[in-house]
Amino acid sequence: MTAGPEPAATRRLRPEPTFRGTPPFPEAARTALADGQLRQNLGRATTTIRTKRAAVVAERADWEQLRLSGAAIKDAVLRDLPALLDQLEAAVTTAGGVVHWARDAAEANAIVAGITRAAGATEVVKVKSMATQEIELNEALRREGIDVWETDLAEMIVQLGHDLPSHILVPAIHRNRSEIRDIFVDEMVRVGRAAPVGLTNEPGELAEAARLHLREKFLRARVAVSGANFAVAETGTVVVVESEGNGRMCLTLPETLITVMGIEKLVPTWRDLEVFLQLLPRSATAERMNPYTSLWTGVTPGDGPRAFHLILLDNGRTDTLSDATGRQALRCIRCSACLNVCPVYERTGGQAYGSVYPGPIGAILTPQLRGIAKHPVDKQTASLPFASSLCGACFDVCPVRIDIPEVLVHLRGQVVRQSEASHRLPTPEAFGMGLAAWTLRTPRRLAMAERLAGLGSRLVGRHGTIRRIPGPGPIGGWFRSRNLRAPARESFRAWWRRTGSGRGGES
Amino acid sequence: MRIALFIGCYNDALFPEVGRAVVRLLQRLGHEVDFPLDQTCCGQMHFNSGYQDACIPLVQRFTAAFAGFDVVVTPSGSCASMVRRYHPLVAGLAAEQGVDTGLAGLVAEVSPRVYELSELLVDVLGLTDVGARFPHTVAFHPTCHSTRLLGVGDRPTRLLRAVAGVTVVDLPHAASCCGFGGTFAVKNADTSVAMGLDKVDDVLATGAEVLTAADTSCLMHIGGLLSRRGSGVRVMHLAEILASTGAEA
Ligand code: SF4
Repeated sequence: MTAGPEPAATRRLRPEPTFRGTPPFPEAARTALADGQLRQNLGRATTTIRTKRAAVVAERADWEQLRLSGAAIKDAVLRDLPALLDQLEAAVTTAGGVVHWARDAAEANAIVAGITRAAGATEVVKVKSMATQEIELNEALRREGIDVWETDLAEMIVQLGHDLPSHILVPAIHRNRSEIRDIFVDEMVRVGRAAPVGLTNEPGELAEAARLHLREKFLRARVAVSGANFAVAETGTVVVVESEGNGRMCLTLPETLITVMGIEKLVPTWRDLEVFLQLLPRSATAERMNPYTSLWTGVTPGDGPRAFHLILLDNGRTDTLSDATGRQALRCIRCSACLNVCPVYERTGGQAYGSVYPGPIGAILTPQLRGIAKHPVDKQTASLPFASSLCGACFDVCPVRIDIPEVLVHLRGQVVRQSEASHRLPTPEAFGMGLAAWTLRTPRRLAMAERLAGLGSRLVGRHGTIRRIPGPGPIGGWFRSRNLRAPARESFRAWWRRTGSGRGGES
Repeated sequence: MRIALFIGCYNDALFPEVGRAVVRLLQRLGHEVDFPLDQTCCGQMHFNSGYQDACIPLVQRFTAAFAGFDVVVTPSGSCASMVRRYHPLVAGLAAEQGVDTGLAGLVAEVSPRVYELSELLVDVLGLTDVGARFPHTVAFHPTCHSTRLLGVGDRPTRLLRAVAGVTVVDLPHAASCCGFGGTFAVKNADTSVAMGLDKVDDVLATGAEVLTAADTSCLMHIGGLLSRRGSGVRVMHLAEILASTGAEA
């Protein structure tokens, strides 16, 4: 395969937005909740995929066994990670690939830039990948003068729209067809082949516009960058699962292929793929089998890329691994099922989570990758474990049985401990919780508090309903839209004592 | 049968009528109800908010208060799930910190004997028809903790459908969380309210006179939204319906 010369005038990309500066979740959510269009787009999309997933999962009588197997295999990987990574490195090297180790985002980005420059390229085409979003590779390469072209349709919509992703699988899920059409018409022309004249918002036309725009990039690119859904330690085989076939183009056409992979993406043996290739498509796109599964082992002369580089990325994963409760988040296969069923995600959208990993998995993964186990985290990160009503819908659907509510509560504990350690005086919340705990320690104190509350409710509210409690603080949040029943004038406990063993009737 | 009642702190202070309904119901069914006055709280609010250390004395108190009973009932799926699923974790924490190494053993004895009301009625007492009469149109909200954490399944609705005179209407999107979520309701008030208002729309669409559930906490949230809207839909705990004989209405 011969690559053509670089085009005379590659139009430069603008800086890519990042999640930096996202306010803490409650505030970011407030903005998102006020966006009616967003609510509508998300509600429609999540309802559709949720219903479809439930239907294809119900087809499998052995779904629970598959989930258990998936969790067990991933747990075994996490237990033996160092040895398996060595095995993978040896297998990839034997098959003609080059393995690189990256401690963090900066190291990984520098390795990709170095390989790209050495290949004499000034642009790369990209397969949809979460790891490269996590390390903000696109922006890092742009700063090095290397253009990056996203080729996954949804990822391309986000890139062209100078937008941020809001979903793991469908990063542009917050956009509807008319918005996508407008982005294509306005933006394609700035970075390559323009959208066809008279483009409408018909899905077929939009897909054709994307195909034409991308084709010239596929045919020209010398370097491709991908992520990996799985890598088989025993053979060194890397696996990418996708729907569109654009990934397959990137994986086969350019001379050089660079794969950035989180170190937890391993499976021990080829046979283990059997479990995950059943779990993933049904959970992700509600398909029995996804249209394209690409597997490659090193390089094959005369077939596909001539050079293959595998970058093994840590970026907070070994810290996560050190937490016995939190490490189950590393079992994640990025299917997005937990996002699609999450009642919070459905209403706030993904950008409110301030991370490329939104939704329930984001709420447990982002704080850990950002090092919550090691050091206090910023306010935005600290708000994530609280961005859940703990309804448990995520755990029900997770194909690798990550008990997300359990991890959320565990991480809340870490946030509280870090806050206690960094404040000399208790925060108002900690004070309130401390007072509540003190009160609840003995029945005598509780009864006293109930008596006081009962007296108080004679003063506030008519007909036993409180519409507002004066003063600021989190309690005020309750009363913006909700009333509250006033505390009972006689608590249950007091009634029981007065009537004697509950036999005294209903007075 | 002698049954100990764990009322839960918020029912105790805010919704004592729920406890009274449980007592009335169980006594009507011929059982003896005990209310150990040493009880306070299951610790869920502290546990779920990240104040897990503060739960240790609460779990110690809970196990001590209920240690002597074969059967404990609580009219809260949420408290029952805290006791059965998370008390062992708190006990583990107590052992880890060297605060109380014996707690795990006590918890292992006590927590499996704690039943949510519908579990007690259906599984332990073998009943679905409790002889209640409630001539109203009722929608049932299956709360997340009772269905997902505890797995009560259709026990509450089986009990409800066996009530004389009742018309049970289907609640659309019943399995969706109402948005209460404990301190989530105040920490993420806007999101909580957005979820709750969708639930309220679903409730109003049913035309029900009464919304019921096995958890007062969710009802307090949905009821607070309904009341602010000036809706006439009443919220009642399932225990209150099961305790009704029609004479009250
Ligand atoms: S946490 Fe589970 S459900 Fe969510 S994306 Fe990961 S594998 Fe899928």
